[in-house]
Amino acid sequence: MWQPSDLFNLPLDAWVETVIKGWLVPNFRGFFQAVQAPISFVLEWLDTTLQTIPMVAFTIALALVAWAVASRGLAVFTLISLVVVDLIGVWSQTMTTLAMILTAVLFCAVVGVPFGIAAARSDRFEKGLRPVLDIMQTIPPFVYLVPIVMLFGVGMTPGIIATIIFALPPIIRLTNLGIRSVPEDLIEAAYSFGSSPRQVLWEVQLPLALRTIMAGLNQTLMLALSMAVIAALIGAGGLGLTVYTGLGRLDVGAATEGGLGIVLLAMILDRITQALGSEGSTRTPGLLETLKSFFSKRAPATSPT
Amino acid sequence: MTIKIVAENLSKVFGDDPGQALDLVRHGKTKDEILSETGQTIGVQSVNFSVEEGEVFVVMGLSGSGKSTLVRMLNKLIDSSDGTIRIDDTDVHNADAQTLRKVRLEKVSMVFQHFALFPHKTVRENVEYGLKIAGVPARERRDRALAALDKVGLSAWADRRPSALSGGMQQRVGLARGLAVDPEILLMDEPFSALDPLIRRDMQNELLELQGELKKTIVFITHDLDEALTLGDRIAIMKEGRFVQVGTAEEIVGNPADDYVAAFTQDIDRAKVFSARRVMETPEPLDIGSHDLATARRRLDELGRDSLPVLAGDTLAGAITRQSIAEAEQRGETALENALHRDIPTAEPDTRLNTLYSACGSGLPVAIIDADGNLVGVVRPEAVFNLLANETTGAQGGDAPAEEISAEDAPALSA
Repeated sequence: MWQPSDLFNLPLDAWVETVIKGWLVPNFRGFFQAVQAPISFVLEWLDTTLQTIPMVAFTIALALVAWAVASRGLAVFTLISLVVVDLIGVWSQTMTTLAMILTAVLFCAVVGVPFGIAAARSDRFEKGLRPVLDIMQTIPPFVYLVPIVMLFGVGMTPGIIATIIFALPPIIRLTNLGIRSVPEDLIEAAYSFGSSPRQVLWEVQLPLALRTIMAGLNQTLMLALSMAVIAALIGAGGLGLTVYTGLGRLDVGAATEGGLGIVLLAMILDRITQALGSEGSTRTPGLLETLKSFFSKRAPATSPT
Repeated sequence: MTIKIVAENLSKVFGDDPGQALDLVRHGKTKDEILSETGQTIGVQSVNFSVEEGEVFVVMGLSGSGKSTLVRMLNKLIDSSDGTIRIDDTDVHNADAQTLRKVRLEKVSMVFQHFALFPHKTVRENVEYGLKIAGVPARERRDRALAALDKVGLSAWADRRPSALSGGMQQRVGLARGLAVDPEILLMDEPFSALDPLIRRDMQNELLELQGELKKTIVFITHDLDEALTLGDRIAIMKEGRFVQVGTAEEIVGNPADDYVAAFTQDIDRAKVFSARRVMETPEPLDIGSHDLATARRRLDELGRDSLPVLAGDTLAGAITRQSIAEAEQRGETALENALHRDIPTAEPDTRLNTLYSACGSGLPVAIIDADGNLVGVVRPEAVFNLLANETTGAQGGDAPAEEISAEDAPALSA
C-alpha cells in the first residue's frame, strides 16, 4: 500500500537538531546560564541550610508547623514520618529533595501567579497561554530533558528547570480561575467606590482567589515531587537519585527507601499546604482520623463534617 | 434648589456597532427589530432627566427595562453609547480615569441589589472600604465607619463577617458603606428587592428617616411600584429602555401617561398616594356670630351639601349637619351654636387619604387646615370613598361630585 512517506520524508528531527544545536546553543548560551543563576543561588542556599539544621530540631519545627496550620494528628504523623526517614538512612537525601522541591515551587509561584493574573485580566492573553500550558502538561518530561541538558548542562539546576516546566501549569491555571471566579458584583462594588484596577486586584480579587491559588500551589508541589526521580536522570540528587541508582543496580531495597522517603515527604507537604488553603477550621482530629484521611480521596485533614 | 445630575439623550447599546443601532433607533425602529437586524440590544434609549439636590428620584421598571444599566451609566460602571451625563459640573461620559475616580470617591456611592459585601473583610472593614481607597488614615476611617454603622444600628456587629448577618442586616451594612464616604449622591440599585416583604418595609422606613436627616440626592432603582410611590419624590416609569412617564406619585397614579403605566397603577392603593388636597371642597364656612339655623339650612340647600364648617372669627368652631340642625330646631333653638358639633376631625392638606379613614368614620366632615392655621377646605367622608371607588374601577363616569373635584384639581396638579 502506498503511503505519503514513500514519496517524501519530513526531516523534523534534523530541523530541531539544527535549531537547537546550531542556533540556540551557540547564540544563547549566556542567556541560559543567566537564567540558571538565581535558581542555583536559591537552591544552594536552601540545601546548605536544610543540611545544617540538626535532624531533631527540623523534625520538631516541622511538626509544630503542622500542628499550627492543620491538626495535632498531622503533627504526630509528621514527627513519626521524619523519624522513619532518618531511621532508614535517607535523611540527607530527603533534605536535598526538599530543597529542590521548595526551590521549584518558589519559582513556579513567582512566575505562575503573575501569569495567572495576566491571563485573568486579558482574554487574549489567556487564549494564547492555554495551548502552551496544554503542551507543558501533556508532553512527556523525557522529551524536553534532552534539550534542557543541551542548553543548561547536567546537574541539580537543570533538574529543577525541568521540574518547573512540568509543575508550572496548575498554579497558572488556578490563579486565573480563582481571579475569574470572584463574583462580578464585588468587582463592580469595588470600582464604584473609586478603586483603581490595582486596588481591586489587591483588595478584592487576590484575597478572594487565595484559596484557589493555594490549591494550585498544592498541585504544583505534588507535580514537583513526582518529578524528583525523572530529574535525577539529568543529574539532580536527593531521593530521586537513590531511586534511580536503585533501579540501575536492581537494588530493590535502596529504591524502596528512596520511594518511601518521597511518599512520606509528599504526604506531609500535601496536608500542610491543603490546610493552609482551607480557611479557619480549628477542629483537631485525632491521629487515627488523620491517618484515615490520608487514604480517603483527597479529603482535607480538617474537613468540617 | 440646585440641579445635581443631568442626563441628556442618554443611550446604551450592547453590541459591536452602537452607531448603526442608534441610527436605526432614530429612524423609529423598535428594540426587537434592531435585535433581529443587527444582533445588538438597546439597553437604554434617549433618556432625559435631571435630579435636584436632596431629591429621591426613583426609576421604576420591570426586569430588562434598562434601569440597572441606566444607574450604572451615572457613575460610568457602564459606558454610555450616546448622550451626556453631568454630575454638578463634571461631564461623566467624557471624564478621564482620574476625574472619574474622584467623582466616585467623593461624590457618588452605590448600594447594590445583592449587597456585594466583601466576604473576606469584617463588617467594619467593608464599611471602611471607600475611605481606605480614598487614603483616609486608619484611625479616622475606623471612627467614620463606626459612626456610619451606628446610623444603621449595627455598630455591635462591626467585627463580624458579613456572612454572620441576615439579609436585612447585610443591606444595612451596604447602606452604611455607601454613607461612610459621605457622598452627595447615593445610587441605589434595587437595594431592597432581595429582602423579604416585612424587612423591606422596615428598610424603606429607615431609609426615609435617614433621608430626612441626611438629605442626600438619591437615585433609587426598583421594580416595585409600591416602593417607588413610598420613597420617590419623583418617579420615572421605564419600559424597554425609555422613560414612559416622569412625575410625582400623584401624577403617575392620577394621570397615567399610557396604558402601560395605567396597568401598573391599577392595583395600587390610591389612598396611600392621594392627599386630602385632592378630594377637599371649598369650605364655604358659616360664622357662629352672624348666622342662624335658618341661614345654615338655606346654605346647605344652595350648595347641595349635608354639612358645613362653622368659624368663630378666624378659628374653627366645629360643623353643622342637616341632622344636627333638625334636632336643634325640634328643641326650638335658633342659634347656630346649639346645632354645632364641636369636635370635628381636622387634617392637613398633604395628609394621605389612608390616614384619614378613621377621621371619616365619624360621619362628620374633616376640616383641612394648612400650616398657618387657616381653614382651606373640607373633606366629606363620601368624597374619599367615591374617589377610591371611581378611580379603582377606572373612570366609569361616576357621580357628579367626584367629577367636579377632578376637574377642579387637574390644573392644580400640572401647575
